[in-house]
Amino acid sequence: MTDHALAVVRAGALTTVQDRGRPGHAHLGVPHSGALDAPAAALVNRLVGNSPEAAVLETTLNGCALRPRSAVTVAVGGAPCPVTVDGRTVPWGAPVHVPAGAVLDVGSAVAGVRSYVAVSGGIAVEPVLGSRSTDLLSGLGPAPLTDGTVLPLGSPTPLHARVDVAPQPAPPSELVLRVTLGPRDDWFPPEDVRALTSRPYRVSPASNRIGLRTEGPALRRAVTGELPSEGMVLGAVQVPPDGRPVVFLADHPTTGGYPVIAVVRPTDLPAAAQAVPGTPVRFVAVRRR
Amino acid sequence: MRVLPVGERALLVEASSGDEVEALHAELLRRRGQGSLSAREIVPAARTILLDGLDEPDRLASELAAAEVPPAPPRAGAVVEIPVRYDGPDLADVAAHWGVSPEEVARIHAGTEFRVAFCGFAPGFGYLTGLPPRYDVPRRATPRTAVPAGSVGLAGPYTGVYPRSSPGGWQLIGTTDTVLWDHARVPAALLSPGTRVRFTPIGSAGTA
Repeated sequence: MTDHALAVVRAGALTTVQDRGRPGHAHLGVPHSGALDAPAAALVNRLVGNSPEAAVLETTLNGCALRPRSAVTVAVGGAPCPVTVDGRTVPWGAPVHVPAGAVLDVGSAVAGVRSYVAVSGGIAVEPVLGSRSTDLLSGLGPAPLTDGTVLPLGSPTPLHARVDVAPQPAPPSELVLRVTLGPRDDWFPPEDVRALTSRPYRVSPASNRIGLRTEGPALRRAVTGELPSEGMVLGAVQVPPDGRPVVFLADHPTTGGYPVIAVVRPTDLPAAAQAVPGTPVRFVAVRRR
Repeated sequence: MRVLPVGERALLVEASSGDEVEALHAELLRRRGQGSLSAREIVPAARTILLDGLDEPDRLASELAAAEVPPAPPRAGAVVEIPVRYDGPDLADVAAHWGVSPEEVARIHAGTEFRVAFCGFAPGFGYLTGLPPRYDVPRRATPRTAVPAGSVGLAGPYTGVYPRSSPGGWQLIGTTDTVLWDHARVPAALLSPGTRVRFTPIGSAGTA
């Protein structure tokens, strides 16, 4: 392998390669995938001068450590965390020079869940259906990082304007998810539809890239029996038999047989990606725009 | 047709039958091909079609609610042949459900022309219709934790082939070596909605 690569010293709890995903294949059963906190991924790419479609790393709670074989510029964003190069503290949320052979350590998130690491040139693993994203539901794309993995890097593209600092939203202390009701709200009694938007929920520790699971009042059904499988969208609030709403995130299945009571506005989903287990969740019904 | 809004950029169109889904799907693909429909995803399912990534969902919703959908055009394209050994662990149970011998299950299954109604569950997994309703079977009471890749199964009105090993509750009647999904191949999926399929028996049981 060339020296334009990155060795994984510490993979962390779950670190995956992510870009903007693989839309357009849902009819074949291929999930959208892609960075859960897409604005954070886009921002770290801008900080190192990458194009918006470059692949970055998405960490989960406890970061990762990387050793580039050649000098690179990196930026860490998303969930705030300590960042060091060979043990020396460097800024989070800003471009940082990492010499060849030095160790970049992305520490545990002090707030939020997922940090994003952009490296100049982007992570250049082989794309699958036009995307380098790891899809944890269907197993497409590169496997989650393990210690010792070596990731190829692309050539830095000096064409893209670099920014030096940029504001990033703080991870939410309360997750407010604006929803439009339907398409299957009529599968629930009206008082349970109201319960969704008036009773408190919390983020469940069982949440993952497929869905944000919740703990809270179980919703009862008005219609029993099976719903024939139907297409599912990003942000769908699906209610499985246990009655606890699940908000579908990037690796969600393309079809499903549990009723969708409401759909979260896509602009509220990046915050869902950063809500730690136990965070209060409030679903707020809004009109369609 | 009933058209339900899904969030702010998607619509779920409900049809009254699988045939109507097929006709509507063909019509929507035709419109997208012509450039008169802009949708990122067109996802047929059992009784619905999801349209996602729409620019003007409200306008399309009222148009579709009033639309006359022409009948599906005659099924074109080659029939994909999938060689199958009818040796699945649930073959006897399916035979009991159908009230026939295991050999007869293989004969009936291999004598049917199937069509991919929709895909889902895993990349390349197609839900194939074609068997008459009297051959519907329930899912297994307890799903298997691992169904091997290439397993041919039945559930409800559908036949499916597992593209890779995964948990599953379908009644397994056979096995194929055909590769259903290979992302290095173009196209990656052997089966996509609308593909016609025949299973051809190989091996001892159910030899044609």
